[in-house]
Amino acid sequence: MVKFNSVFDIIGPVMVGPSSSHTAGAVKIGNAARHLYGKTPEKATIHLYGSFAKTYKGHGTDLALIAGLLGFDTNDQRIPDAISEAKKAGMIFHFIEEHTATEHPNTVRITLGDGQQQFELVGVSIGGGKIEIIELNGFELHLSGNYPAILIMHNDRFGAIASVTKILAKNEINIGRMEVNRKDVGKEALMTIELDQNIESDVEQELQLAKHILKIVKVVN
Amino acid sequence: MFRTVAELVAQAEENNISLAEVMIQQEMDIYDLSRQEIIDRMDRNLTVMEEAVERGLSGVESHSGLTGGDAVLLQQYMKNSQPLSGPLLLDAVSKAVATNEVNAAMGVVCATPTAGSAGCVPGALFAVKEKLNPTREEMINFLFTSGAFGFVVANNAFISGAAGGCQAEVGSAAAMASAAVVEMAQGTPEQSAHAFAITLKNMLGLVCDPVAGLVEVPCVKRNATGAANAIVSADMALAGVKSKIPCDEVIGAMYRIGKQMPTALKETAEGGLAATPTGKALAAQLFNKQGGSVSGEG
Repeated sequence: MVKFNSVFDIIGPVMVGPSSSHTAGAVKIGNAARHLYGKTPEKATIHLYGSFAKTYKGHGTDLALIAGLLGFDTNDQRIPDAISEAKKAGMIFHFIEEHTATEHPNTVRITLGDGQQQFELVGVSIGGGKIEIIELNGFELHLSGNYPAILIMHNDRFGAIASVTKILAKNEINIGRMEVNRKDVGKEALMTIELDQNIESDVEQELQLAKHILKIVKVVN
Repeated sequence: MFRTVAELVAQAEENNISLAEVMIQQEMDIYDLSRQEIIDRMDRNLTVMEEAVERGLSGVESHSGLTGGDAVLLQQYMKNSQPLSGPLLLDAVSKAVATNEVNAAMGVVCATPTAGSAGCVPGALFAVKEKLNPTREEMINFLFTSGAFGFVVANNAFISGAAGGCQAEVGSAAAMASAAVVEMAQGTPEQSAHAFAITLKNMLGLVCDPVAGLVEVPCVKRNATGAANAIVSADMALAGVKSKIPCDEVIGAMYRIGKQMPTALKETAEGGLAATPTGKALAAQLFNKQGGSVSGEG
């Protein structure tokens, strides 16, 4: 298996500079957080670690993260103006430089919320604009965003996973990769399923109604 | 799928097609896309490169203030004097600088193969364009040929400074450009491979040592000489000069050198130019400016 498959991995992507890891990757993490949260956040607290904490101003990592939270793409020319765009959108944000060591040098923890709904995500930018979401609301996961995926919050009961895979099988949807994490036996758990194709809304509804399923988030690619 | 430069060259020769065409056909096969869809996408990348050069030549400055304005200086010098290295070479240098200055100023660029090395390919392309007057299609093919060589490097070695030093990043970009210059100047596929090898050989061992960790000093100027190196090496290959060490073995050497390179010299801003007294002073100045936490009210 080769690492790069397309000529457009080499001649591309089109992006706002200066760094594929510190700028383009940061936009993608912000975008993932917005998508998983489900709307423009009212309030964002952003903790920067490692190289992100040391060089974020020079690389525009702060602007890139905000731009991502606003739903901008990596080539959006409004990225340098993300702070005024955030004001327009009514988003309050706060950056904190952390000094604790993390496994990966380019790590960010994003907390979003409006008082009722609290949300936390940890993302890492692993180079060349590629990212990984490694923590979501306290659950560990490995989500690249390179493939369509579904994240399913469910109760840790027997049959929960089977009910999901049965529905996918019935709809002839192939699973590329799957992981399950739980906080404790019998409590809330998270299924992360990477697929070969995007799922249609009727399949999503069917999954939503399956036994022990609490919430579904679709990652479209 | 071609895995090596030798295979890439062989596929072009056996089928009597250009290197660009080998890349286009492979892309069509893997992604089940039409020829037109692939060409159109590359055409859009070419437009992004043209716009970045144009913007850089009109003058930009980065957020940190470390880079900007040199592309303008170079163009003025070319207009008012007789550059010793010749107008084409200096044109390539100014256009590579323009691209990386725009990148540093948070402008839109096309990564080739990365954002930090985005200047070499367009710098060489748009300078050679003035001399060879290529069609739009030939300019698009230039990017496919560059991409074909980059594809081999990315899958057999590395293309980022963090992974393999600057030799992997700007070294690869310059060598990719060199191979494509040869093809545009009607050289053979084999000559393209020699041009690639000659360029990369002259960048082996180059470390990634950015001041303050920013993609500015010395990245902008490394792209400048990367573009010049590409054109000089292309001329050597077109003259019939051959690389004694085959292209794939040069890529292998680059990979092993990158593996042996200490971490301090791989984009960590801990060694080389970043660790000079001036490099450290600039970093301290910038981080003080950055200081404290930043927040905004909606």
